[in-house]
Amino acid sequence: MASVEYQESEKFGLNWWERVPAVWWILAVLLLAMPAFANSFVLFQIFGWAFILGMIALSLMFLAGYGGMVSLLQMTVAGLAGYMVAILGDSAITTISLGWPWYVSIPAAIFIASVFATLCGWLAVRTEGIYTIMITLAIASAFFYFARQNYVIFNGFSGFNGVSPPQLFGVDWKQPTAFYYLTLFWATLSFLLIQYLSRAPFGLALQGIRDNPRRMAALGFNVTGHRIAAYAFASVIAAIGGILLTWQSGQISPGTAGVGPVIDILIIAVIGGMRRPIGPFIGAFIYVLLKTFAVDVLISLGLGGERFQLLIGLSFLAIVFWSPDGILGLWDRWRENRGRDPLTGERRDAP
Amino acid sequence: MNAPSAISERLTATGTANALEMRGVSKFFGALAAMQDISITVRPGERRAVLGSNGAGKTTLFNCVTGDFPPTGGTIRFFGEDITNFPPYERIRRGLRRTYQISLLFPELSVIDNIYLACAGVSRRRFSFLRPRRDDALVASAENLVHLVRLDEVKDTKVAVLAYGQQRQLEIAMALSGAPRFILFDEPAAGLSPTERGELVEILTGLPSHMGYIIIEHDMDVALRVAESVTMMHNGRIFKEGKPAEIENDEEVQALYLGGAEHG
Repeated sequence: MASVEYQESEKFGLNWWERVPAVWWILAVLLLAMPAFANSFVLFQIFGWAFILGMIALSLMFLAGYGGMVSLLQMTVAGLAGYMVAILGDSAITTISLGWPWYVSIPAAIFIASVFATLCGWLAVRTEGIYTIMITLAIASAFFYFARQNYVIFNGFSGFNGVSPPQLFGVDWKQPTAFYYLTLFWATLSFLLIQYLSRAPFGLALQGIRDNPRRMAALGFNVTGHRIAAYAFASVIAAIGGILLTWQSGQISPGTAGVGPVIDILIIAVIGGMRRPIGPFIGAFIYVLLKTFAVDVLISLGLGGERFQLLIGLSFLAIVFWSPDGILGLWDRWRENRGRDPLTGERRDAP
Repeated sequence: MNAPSAISERLTATGTANALEMRGVSKFFGALAAMQDISITVRPGERRAVLGSNGAGKTTLFNCVTGDFPPTGGTIRFFGEDITNFPPYERIRRGLRRTYQISLLFPELSVIDNIYLACAGVSRRRFSFLRPRRDDALVASAENLVHLVRLDEVKDTKVAVLAYGQQRQLEIAMALSGAPRFILFDEPAAGLSPTERGELVEILTGLPSHMGYIIIEHDMDVALRVAESVTMMHNGRIFKEGKPAEIENDEEVQALYLGGAEHG
């Protein structure tokens, strides 16, 4: 009876702190204490950027991993939100920027981005597999070209610079340590939210729809409506990521949401792994490390630094070749093998 | 249609109308007639067996009723309401349920999660962002269903590793979620052991008397024990209808079932 009680509490969220493995607590303490031993560059350029890209990739992981919908729209949604804070709020392009206060411009930016994503989702959910990828890629490139050619609203090729976070609570959030905590907070929040949602009716149903849409319809679920709702929800996370990204680089331009970055988000999610919400963050961290240090590695080996894209590409190829389900897949298999007897292949009881 | 008549239609929908009424329903796959001019009337609470050889159109009949695919022609009324053009989820929310011949379950989820999904699908909680609490009504009804089909032992087991018979029982539990008014059972006894068949018959005969159903069953023994009326289908058409005893002793039916029909 005791074991049944325990399993129930495990399932329905009682004593949640007891169920979190020690590794997570260690990771949390490490991340919180990071500013004590990391320099500004690492905090701002490595971790800050990785958290942001992780969030945008997380929104893709939610759609693709739980919902079975590979959407290439997430970077576009992020880009649109970034544009909107620049246009509605403050930027160096004062002729276009409306200069609304942050508490209006930020919610409005997130709202506009999610309305856009919901409309696109409404189109995309009627397709399956490769066609979803194609239609979302088409919308993403259309947005890129539109933003590049429209000078009235999007300021064309150069976009907006001088976009910075509001001076809230007397803190300059652009400072590396403050920005690190800002991104850590939002990344953690979205991670926990997705983690929680995966076991709530909405998330469970989404996974059911991924595995068997016909059966879900036969259980009373409106499959199309549920998928569109998933797009709407994921877009909020992508939009917050997009706003943070715009603050980090201080600017937003069509290139931010170009076809390259759009595909990069897919790469990040794939190399990290799409089964669980931690995957996108692992992927983003690896991506950022490679992007930042590939040049130095090549030069230290006596090779031309301009070939850094080759090194990045080869690394991704290697990861996907050895583990099609990303780093998470490697980890899962390693744990699986450790739990088995090497001779018989039988599962050991205590892993 | 004006408002008053719509309301009166809804009133008959819950009251005196037949549970299921099909009028001239056909289903063509290209030129192939899987089902032709089917008219069936099932009273509320009535338990009907549909018999017939492979390819007689039995599963097609179910698919048209649940909306898995739309009929080519004819009308289907569920408790008086015309559901011919409804999407499947609207039919399910009105109290229609079905099981699948080849289990359509969620293999990566546990038994209780599968049933929980079925319960959530017909409740307003299906979009909920909040995890269920321990005293949650949906969880409680899911647990009741687990108990009803005797799967308590494997409640938290992944469905993928369940025995075949247990998966069939899970199918039934999912069809009983919420407040079903009418259930379509597609060969629930196929592949079950004699003991499991006995349990199945117990579950079916133990259902509340207002819950009607149609059961497709090859095993005459099971079918005749759980049904009060029988419809025989052959080559996509209705061949005979009647009481179990009449059908069992009918010479044409016997010829069909003993394999004579193919030659004659």
